[in-house]
Amino acid sequence: MKCRKCGEKASVNMRQHKLALCKEHYLEWVPEQTERFIEKYEMFSHDEKILVAVSGGKDSLSLWDILIRLGYQADGLYIGLGIDAGINYSGESHRLADEFANEHNLKLHVVDIEKEYGQPIPVLSEISRRGHGKPCAVCGLTKRHVMNRIARDLGYDVLATGHNLDDEAAVLFGNTLSWSGDYLLRQGPVLPSADGLARKVKPLCRFYEREMTAYALLRGIEYIYEECPFAEGSTSIYYKEILNQLENDRPGAKLTFYLRFLEARQSGLFAERNDSTLHLHPCTNCGQPTSAPGLCSFCRMIEKVADKESIVSNL
Amino acid sequence: MARQGVSLVKLILRNKEFEVKPGMTLLSSLQKVNVLPESIIATRNGEMILEDEILKDGDVVKLIAVISGG
Ligand SMILES: [Zn+2]
Ligand SMILES: [Zn+2]
Repeated sequence: MKCRKCGEKASVNMRQHKLALCKEHYLEWVPEQTERFIEKYEMFSHDEKILVAVSGGKDSLSLWDILIRLGYQADGLYIGLGIDAGINYSGESHRLADEFANEHNLKLHVVDIEKEYGQPIPVLSEISRRGHGKPCAVCGLTKRHVMNRIARDLGYDVLATGHNLDDEAAVLFGNTLSWSGDYLLRQGPVLPSADGLARKVKPLCRFYEREMTAYALLRGIEYIYEECPFAEGSTSIYYKEILNQLENDRPGAKLTFYLRFLEARQSGLFAERNDSTLHLHPCTNCGQPTSAPGLCSFCRMIEKVADKESIVSNL
Repeated sequence: MARQGVSLVKLILRNKEFEVKPGMTLLSSLQKVNVLPESIIATRNGEMILEDEILKDGDVVKLIAVISGG
């Protein structure tokens, strides 16, 4: 297969775009496309301060790389989850995030969950008994809380995450199977700022996961290849496999599924409810918006953990 | 071109190894071992190769999984 731009041997073939590119032209094409999406969905401008959530994985490191190449002001945030599982998962991903920041002379904020909240994610999950034996629910809740807090406290305008199209399509697939209207209403490339929370954006949401892997490999970005040990057998991976099966038989199916959803919603498929049942209040402890009066779910979780620990230490 | 001994192409995906006959395209080789092309990137000697690439005797193809959780 030949590169459409120069006729040299192609390195990447994107069947859904009927486009094959060589290494050089692929590494040009991805940032160009990203810039297009940033503008199309009005994600942010060159004057705004961006905080990139960096996990050490291919997507977030590539996102950081691309934003810097495009000349945006982007700092990183690494959240140390304290997941070891015999492969030093968190330690290794922290090292890779650090290395990337140092090599490119970028600022990386680091929040260590155990240092700040007393326990690493697996223990918080176990003590609080949220999430049916898997720490993924507590992990997601904690990451959202910390990202919001750091963005607010340090004055960032925008919070950018590395979600790719496969991530988004898998979430959409799950929410569609259960017709989760409230989630379908909010899922998209941009979540506007509200109630003191920074705007959230997903600049990679139209790239396939395969394309982001190709970008990281061709750019020579060292990323954590090991899967988070807790993600193994997760529903999101299962949905991704199903969607890839579909994509294999019908190139472009994943992309169409996501883009048509965005279009359908824009034309009113999922209307916002008129009644004001969804009133948000600031959490009495941390100030982040929550639907229930009193503490937000993150602070309730931490409180529960603290209660149980004091019971244990008083025994 | 008949030759003695085993002539094979090796495909490696994480801790799994597959062997296929040389002379097929990457796409046919992946189908043979039941790996979805959409879920991997194939590299040979550190270079990415595409589905129409013919795999030769002695080739070692590293398949990089692209799916991650989260
Ligand atoms: Zn080219
Ligand atoms: Zn709170």
